[in-house]
Amino acid sequence: MLTNLTIFEIITLLGRGEISSGELMQAYVERIQQLEPRLHAFLTLRLEDALNQADVADQQRAELSRRGDAIPPLLGVPLAVKDVLAVAGMPCTAGSKILETFQPPYDATVVARLRAAGAIILGKTNTDEFAMGSSTENSAYGVTHNPWNLERVPGGSSGGSAAAVAARMAPAALGTDTGGSVRQPASFCGVTGIKPTYGRVSRYGLFAYGSSLDSVGALARDVADLTLVFNIMQGCDPRDATSGNAPQEQMNIEDNWSSRGLRVGVPDEYFGGGIQPEVESAVRAAIQTYQSMGAEIIPVKLPHTQYAVPVYYLIAPAEASANLARYDGLRYGPRVDADDLHHIYTATRGALFGRETKRRIMLGTYALSAGYQDAYYGKAQKVRALIRQDFERAFKQVDMIAAPVAPTTAFKIGAHSGDPLAMYLEDIFTLPANLAGVPGVAFPVGLDHENLPIGMQLLGPHFQEQRLLNAAHRYQLVSDWHKARPAEASILG
Amino acid sequence: MSLTKDQVEHIAQLARLDLTEAEQARYAQQLSAILDYFEQLQQVDTGSVDTMAYLQTGDSQLRTDEPHPGLGIDALLSNAPDADARQFRVPPILG
Repeated sequence: MLTNLTIFEIITLLGRGEISSGELMQAYVERIQQLEPRLHAFLTLRLEDALNQADVADQQRAELSRRGDAIPPLLGVPLAVKDVLAVAGMPCTAGSKILETFQPPYDATVVARLRAAGAIILGKTNTDEFAMGSSTENSAYGVTHNPWNLERVPGGSSGGSAAAVAARMAPAALGTDTGGSVRQPASFCGVTGIKPTYGRVSRYGLFAYGSSLDSVGALARDVADLTLVFNIMQGCDPRDATSGNAPQEQMNIEDNWSSRGLRVGVPDEYFGGGIQPEVESAVRAAIQTYQSMGAEIIPVKLPHTQYAVPVYYLIAPAEASANLARYDGLRYGPRVDADDLHHIYTATRGALFGRETKRRIMLGTYALSAGYQDAYYGKAQKVRALIRQDFERAFKQVDMIAAPVAPTTAFKIGAHSGDPLAMYLEDIFTLPANLAGVPGVAFPVGLDHENLPIGMQLLGPHFQEQRLLNAAHRYQLVSDWHKARPAEASILG
Repeated sequence: MSLTKDQVEHIAQLARLDLTEAEQARYAQQLSAILDYFEQLQQVDTGSVDTMAYLQTGDSQLRTDEPHPGLGIDALLSNAPDADARQFRVPPILG
């Protein structure tokens, strides 16, 4: 099946003329039409456009080859984009009713770069409203189902992207990670994902949630494909002032990269409490694999980890309460009419924001309100500094940290409904990287007894993505977990 | 920490959100539970933390102050729920 090919395989076969982009796209269209009614991974699909663009890509390839010109690296390769990133000509709802009618007139920088490299956008993937959630259950347009088990969540907020990649409805997809929203769905769906260093990838065209935490990442079947896509997305963009300090470099993963002498830190704090025993044992086995390849395993301390949940859930909602002030029913999206301007704001926002979004706006507004700002927001910012120092201290001892992505495998749809705090606590292992701004790569390292994927993350110092990708690639050269895929029967029921 | 319904209503108005009675009651209960959990932050000694230490390191890159073409008024108005004469239209705000 053409949809089983990795991007590297696709590019090789397209280059040799053994397949065409048109055939490849036809296979993806059929796959999506078959599975989308079961999974609901997408909010917008543009399959006719994609087929037409694939034919154009074939003509372009023939023309460029005839002239002996370079072929754009992703020419004719399909991709999916999370619905919080602007793609000109497609709706962008951010999973919210308040943007139900919104069509951005521009491409996000990452989308523009991938399109310039020849990629074809299949559609927009489901997300928790404004990326606020860990399951896609906060999408105003319904939950995405995990292809490994339809009764389970795919994780979130980039759950549509993770489900699409896992179910072979796209070879790779863009996601965003503010508190784990790439890594946790990658883990729940058994795919490979990257959360870049804060400032490595432009956020221009990303609908802002927590501006000091937001990052744009990607999900793919393996590290090699992920690196290919990531190299095109990343790098300085004059339209995002936070991207200016990123080193100008391309990541190269090498098959002969050695993990001999690599110092891998293992933090106790990530193995305690309510962790599912199978998650712990699979992650420890993966760490053992690195040891057997010559890495040195070193216990490290990240003593402020337990405070990541309160710190994140004060800072992110505070930033969200400011960022989401722009959704007021005046300039985009539907408007709920009222007699005066003030009541247009309150009626539109009250009616069209979802439960979790309103909860976070309220929490953030409270944390920033007169009399409470020092006790909540100010205190959280200071503890955030201590979390960041934990990592700085650890990275003096080790090259990277290995840890589980989430305490459990994918939970059941509805398991945490009505208990927001229980849902927030699921994020404990992913939040610290965002608070510290460090990069992470998540990849599959096992399956539990219910055949649900288990993920591990490698976290590194700022701008050390190259090393993380090489280390994750090394693991994938000696393990087959990234090749495990959901049984067709589990998707088709 | 227990938030009253009145406090919730006040926060909702600061945030420009109309909430139903049921929502006010639910958020009062849920936000109180969440804030209770967050009380643990007060145990952390942050006396030695430099108040500026939480900022990202490295400077933001500022571009030169030169005008660049924007998206254009038509594109910006294309999503407006109500527009007229190349402007967003809203109810009068002056009596």
